[in-house]
Amino acid sequence: MLVLLVLHLVAALAAPLFVRWWGPRACYPLALAPAAAFCWALARTPAVSDGGAVVETYPWIGQLGLDIALRLTTLSWLMTLLIGGIGALVLVYSARYFHAGSVGLAQFAGVLVAFAGAMLVLVLADDLLLLYVGWELTTIFSYLLIGHSTERRSSRWAAAQALTVTTLGGLSMLVGFIMLGEHAGTYRWSEIAAQPLPGGGYLVGAVLLILAGALSKSAILPFSSWLPVAMAAPTPVSAYLHAAAMVKAGVYLVGLLAPALATVGPWRPVVQVAGVATMLVGGWAALRQTDLKLLLAYGTVSQLGLLIAVTGSGTPDAALAGAAMLLAHALFKAALFLVVGIIDHGTGTRDLRELSGLRNWSRPLFVVAVLAAASMAGVPPLVGFVSKEAVFGAFTDQPVLLTGLVAGTVLTVAYSARFLWGAFADRSGVEPVQSGPIAASLLVPPAVLAGVGLLAGPAASVLDELLRPYADLLGGVDAHLALWSGPTPALGLSVLALVGGGLLFAVRGPLAPVLARLRSPVSGNQGYEWVVGRFDRAAIEVTGATQRGSLPQYLGIILVTLVLVPGAAMISAGPWRARIPLWDSLLQPVVVLVITVAAVLAVGARRRLTAMLLVGMTGYGTAMLFVLHGAPDLALTQFLVETATIAVFVLVLRRLPQRFSARPMRRTRWVRRAIGVAVGVVAAGLALTAAGARRAPDISAAFPDLAVVEGYGRNVVNVTLVDIRAWDTMGELAVLVVAATGVASLIFERSRTGPRPRRPESGQRSDEPGRPVWLRGGPTLYEERRSIVLEVVIRLIFHTVVLFSLFLLLSGHNAPGGGFAGGLVAGLALVVRYLAGGRYELTEAAPIGAGAILGAGLAMAVGSGVVALLVGGSVLESAKVDRVLPLVGDVHLVTSLFFDIGVYLVVIGLVLDILRSLGAEVDRHIEATGTATGGLAVDKGDRA
Amino acid sequence: MTASGAGPTLVLVLAVAVLVGCGVILLLERSLTRILLGVILLGNGVNLLILLGGRSGGAPIVGTGAVDQMSDPLPQAMVLTAIVITFGFTAFLLAVAYRSWYLTGDDEVPDDLEDRQIIRRAVRNEESAVDHGGEGPNGDPEQVDPEPARRRLRRGEEA
Repeated sequence: MLVLLVLHLVAALAAPLFVRWWGPRACYPLALAPAAAFCWALARTPAVSDGGAVVETYPWIGQLGLDIALRLTTLSWLMTLLIGGIGALVLVYSARYFHAGSVGLAQFAGVLVAFAGAMLVLVLADDLLLLYVGWELTTIFSYLLIGHSTERRSSRWAAAQALTVTTLGGLSMLVGFIMLGEHAGTYRWSEIAAQPLPGGGYLVGAVLLILAGALSKSAILPFSSWLPVAMAAPTPVSAYLHAAAMVKAGVYLVGLLAPALATVGPWRPVVQVAGVATMLVGGWAALRQTDLKLLLAYGTVSQLGLLIAVTGSGTPDAALAGAAMLLAHALFKAALFLVVGIIDHGTGTRDLRELSGLRNWSRPLFVVAVLAAASMAGVPPLVGFVSKEAVFGAFTDQPVLLTGLVAGTVLTVAYSARFLWGAFADRSGVEPVQSGPIAASLLVPPAVLAGVGLLAGPAASVLDELLRPYADLLGGVDAHLALWSGPTPALGLSVLALVGGGLLFAVRGPLAPVLARLRSPVSGNQGYEWVVGRFDRAAIEVTGATQRGSLPQYLGIILVTLVLVPGAAMISAGPWRARIPLWDSLLQPVVVLVITVAAVLAVGARRRLTAMLLVGMTGYGTAMLFVLHGAPDLALTQFLVETATIAVFVLVLRRLPQRFSARPMRRTRWVRRAIGVAVGVVAAGLALTAAGARRAPDISAAFPDLAVVEGYGRNVVNVTLVDIRAWDTMGELAVLVVAATGVASLIFERSRTGPRPRRPESGQRSDEPGRPVWLRGGPTLYEERRSIVLEVVIRLIFHTVVLFSLFLLLSGHNAPGGGFAGGLVAGLALVVRYLAGGRYELTEAAPIGAGAILGAGLAMAVGSGVVALLVGGSVLESAKVDRVLPLVGDVHLVTSLFFDIGVYLVVIGLVLDILRSLGAEVDRHIEATGTATGGLAVDKGDRA
Repeated sequence: MTASGAGPTLVLVLAVAVLVGCGVILLLERSLTRILLGVILLGNGVNLLILLGGRSGGAPIVGTGAVDQMSDPLPQAMVLTAIVITFGFTAFLLAVAYRSWYLTGDDEVPDDLEDRQIIRRAVRNEESAVDHGGEGPNGDPEQVDPEPARRRLRRGEEA
């Protein structure tokens, strides 16, 4: 069975290629896939017909206990035959239905085959979760098939409606499945059905949820609206999905579960009331339609109601009748849809008021249509008659239900007659249709289906034997499928239905006003539209009320929550420290005072530069506090970062207005201050309680030993970064690379990988030959921007600073420093080089792309981790290499140095990327617009 | 550098409160530059807060002093990472501010346009743009429009 599913998958994937090669004719080879399913099922007939099952199981998701458990029994055998056989015929039909070059044909062919495969999954699955997977796959494929004409609004609407309704049903069904499966401890239906069921409300809930799924899939009231709307699909799709396959999924599910669940409280009332009501309402609506396809669609809704009511009744006789009806309906309804497709194809209309003289157009078509419609009406000796007899026979002891079924059948007979009359009657005043001959590929599929319907009637006894094992699941079967079972009440009812339907059709003229008036006040489509509209309105109201679009407001809500929830928890439960020292050293309060003043002034500052410098002061103050706390690495990094931040800020602030704009937020100023104070108080509270809340011993107590023994380094913080918690650092490197890339992509309008700005040749030494050049980019700057002193100093110290950064990098393992600090120092060297010499100087200093440095750094860091893995350690594990090198002496190399070099490179790459973006590229913007507002380096390179 | 041992001191807690509070006030502004300065202040405050989770003491470098007199290295490693990330984030926000200025002439964060549109819809009691069934003005005659909803027809008449 798995082979069949794979075959469908392969065929679906190959379909676009086939269509490109052969056009619509590609449907012929594709039809082989469902045909193979048909032949396979046919070959399994002996195995199934004696009540056995064909089982295949493949392990799939072990953790969920979900296997690909496939099981072929009588009911799924019947469905497989229908899916395979009708699928193949529909594909053959499609080969001529579509014109060469039809838009979306490749997708259509692929999706149709995939749909057939999904249906097979659905009917072959023994595992309920697998069944659900197939179920939702058919929903998605049907969405794509119904929405085939994507350019039509009605097509999109229909597809979305089918998707929404059936998916909602499917989800509720899934919940029901889970309830059943969790109770039984398995999701295999064959095992669940053999176990005692859970009791009471639990089971009732599960059953109702599952029924909602089945009823929505089979378009039963109150979910029936999507099926008529789905007639926007191409006719082959309607014939396959909406007559033979997808809508039968609900019937199949009801039929599958009925042997075990039909006795559960609400099951029978729900399926019988909903089924019969759907049958009557659908049949009545079908009498009103003038579009032949819609007539069939409402007829299908009606027949599905009948099928659900019968298969869901859960008696052996009804089960046998239901299975026979399932077969009969698929045969005649698919044939009729295909006939409508031929008519539509040949005449360009499906409106019965515009059709005339079709009998003379094609006799064979007429014969096929009469056979199929007669089967639908239940005329002997067709299979429709046999199955309808069985249905009546199965319900002779339930008069109310039987009355409903007979009334529904009367309607069925009437709309069958109306279909034939509508399609083939001669109408005065309407031009007889003149059209060319019908292609064999179009006519053969419906003819085959109608022919099988004709043969299956007399062969009812064979059918009886084949379908009996399914009915046997429910107990002893009294009934028999037969063409003639003597003068039974069922025969009388069949005659009554035929006569009544004929009469109803005969009085269609006087009946028309009644038909037009007597309809439900709200059509299903309107109802759906109303529900969706209400949801939409509610969503807009809720979104409009909560999503005001204001960033300060959102942040304010988050912060107020922070104050209220953790703040309240802290006050109520926090272990407060009893005594707290005022300060450790006398320097501490001084620094904190400076920080406080600077921070408060920064809040009120009106100039950007002032505010930035004040914030920078708090940063340096924080670094001082780090020093006092005993964290030299932190302090070093903080000093460097603060300096780099100021430099980067200045690069951008030269372009922004000097002052903050006039403030439209004056009204909320006090609110914001209150929130700020509250959050500050909560943060202070956290500082006080968090320290006292420690329960477990400090894991970092072991760090110093770990650092020396396993990390081979004495600087515990650095070893923590590159070894003990190297994964964190790895993540951080990734963040830095992303940030750098983000900066570059926000600023560069072109690719940043293009050629870097080169110093224009004319600028070199052209002004004053003979004068020494300290920085080669210097002469490209405007004279008033240049600072010879700066150039000289930079020229003298640049290499020293870079060397110092390398020293920090290498010594960081045992002393303050490391990759971060080293990288920042090297980055700052580049910053001053750029400040002194402009963007061309930057290229001179770093003639390599920032992206390359970032990538190299990340690769180095990742690589050092992977190498450790390759040589047998765990990822990012360090090793120590001691060698005596000639001339150098003893060398102690710890492999985590390579990781630190990666860090170093990434930080340099980040700074370089920022300089290239916010420095050099912004320079170029300034040149392009000629409006420098700041006072920083503006070069004249391109103008020279 | 006094190595007086465990826990935060009152002035350090005060510093955390001031930095976080001022950071939040700036964060609630509309100017991206101010928001960014708020982020930096907040970052400094939170870094300090994390650091206070561990004891103070001598530099955590083995060999410079007694191991039990060392400051806690774990929060230091975390904060070191945080400092550098804040730098990357600062650069990114600055680039956003510059971009905003470049495109609109200032660096204010405006209200979200989509959200404003939804609020307008809510005020006018409208639905969102729905892909209604049926045909538009250029309807396709071949197309089935089963039971055209009367409501829609009426709406068409009004139009």
